[in-house]
Amino acid sequence: MDLGQLFAIIIGAIFVSNFVLMRFLGLCPFVGVSKDSDSALGMGMAVIFVMTMASLVTWFIYTYVLVPLDIVYLRTIAFILVIATLVQFVEMVMEKTSPTLHRSLGIYLPLITTNCAVLGVAVINVDDFMVTGLPRAASFIYTVVNGLSAGIGFTLALILMAAIRERLDLVDIPKPMRGIPITFIVAGLMAMAFMGFAGLKIG
Amino acid sequence: MESVVVKSIIALTAMAAVFGAILAIASRIFAVDRDPRVEEIVEALPGANCGACGFPGCQGYAEAAVAAGVAPVPCPPGGAEVARKVADILGADAGEHVAKVAVVHCAGGRSNAVRRLEYDGLMDCRAAMLVSGSPKACVFGCLGYGTCRDVCPFDAVALDADGVVHIDPVRCTGCGNCVEACPVNIIELVPEDMKVHVMCSSRDKGKKAKEVCQVACIACQLCVKKCPHEAIRMEDDLAIIDYAKCTNCGICAAVCPTKAITDQVSVRPKALIGSSCVGIGECKKVCPTKAITGEAGQRHEVDREKCIGCGLCLDACPTKAVTMVGALGHSKGRE
Repeated sequence: MDLGQLFAIIIGAIFVSNFVLMRFLGLCPFVGVSKDSDSALGMGMAVIFVMTMASLVTWFIYTYVLVPLDIVYLRTIAFILVIATLVQFVEMVMEKTSPTLHRSLGIYLPLITTNCAVLGVAVINVDDFMVTGLPRAASFIYTVVNGLSAGIGFTLALILMAAIRERLDLVDIPKPMRGIPITFIVAGLMAMAFMGFAGLKIG
Repeated sequence: MESVVVKSIIALTAMAAVFGAILAIASRIFAVDRDPRVEEIVEALPGANCGACGFPGCQGYAEAAVAAGVAPVPCPPGGAEVARKVADILGADAGEHVAKVAVVHCAGGRSNAVRRLEYDGLMDCRAAMLVSGSPKACVFGCLGYGTCRDVCPFDAVALDADGVVHIDPVRCTGCGNCVEACPVNIIELVPEDMKVHVMCSSRDKGKKAKEVCQVACIACQLCVKKCPHEAIRMEDDLAIIDYAKCTNCGICAAVCPTKAITDQVSVRPKALIGSSCVGIGECKKVCPTKAITGEAGQRHEVDREKCIGCGLCLDACPTKAVTMVGALGHSKGRE
């Protein structure tokens, strides 16, 4: 494990292979919850939290359950199970221990239960860090950092989108393009802009 | 081969069972005690989440009501019925509730109000106000870009082709969203049973008001003089109806020379003088539209064309010969 590699993972997950704009995962909340920046931020925080937790838990499940039992081909089903349980569990704990946090974050948690971006980060972690023969400690840290950075990348895309859409509300857009159509076009343009990061060479 | 299948099934079933058990235990340990009355109140509320009560939505209102043990303010859209239901759930006294509806005090459309510019930006009154001010020569009037219509959660506001706002009193629940949204502050919440309104907010002097709008209040004071209940006063050259005194008699609407006062009573009753009339002539004296004719000592007659159903003669007649016919339930508030 070296810091350069860690830095490459962080930049990679946030910009170069942004989950929304480059991998095209989690497009539903990207369009659905990007109407105003307050809820975009709330949703983003919830996603960061769940992605990090999901990366952590799925690492344990993969390393200590799936691999020893030799059933790694069932990882998708197992991960869905784990993530759904995790989100439900976290929501319960949050509601009991911190009602304020639950009120600001809680309404977005059920939305993420089976979000493909969360499942995606778990599966990508496996491909990138768990089957590549890394030492266990490095694989664990890379996994968690990747999950965290992926969540930050998602939040970045969501907040950028929300900011653009808030401005679009005040612009004279041709009638047939108002609402979702212009949002799709904006999303496409943003994705193209993010392609520019693909040229970055780190590490 | 079989062992792989069996192994997979057992492994996943075991995982699912473990997770299920964790969630089941967690739901016990982390159970939050919720007051069932909150849910009941949310059920009873209209559910529009309009925020007129000042709380964040119906859920917020219900939580505040349960916490305080009594409804903090009546739910404006819900009216008396919801107030009673909420009070029943909380076991408290509902108190009095007067249902209100919104009225826009302006009737100046494209056809009758002078326009000083054509605004072509974002169709929102607040935006238009910031950019260029009112498009009309009258600075007090409705801008007519329908912000009140856009904020109405009950679809009660309509904008006609002439650019005049109409609020449907049946759909309006008095939530007050439009009152807050209007940048010229010409929307007012009035008691639901009030049907006669001054449809003008111009504080200009009569001459100027008339120049810029054909349906403006020109402060001629006719309505003030003719109102039998002293319910109208002049404030800055604008007639204001005191809804606490108004009886919907409609005399002001009948005498207003510019029709700035409108009478929204759909069907008015007509006075009918019965055979017990002895011709004292009191009714003739009080009739504002001179609809009653007759010689002294003779049975008087009502010209049904002229009668506006104000009911003044009803009160004036000492022999109780006058009755009002037609329009069921109109006399509400007079007895």
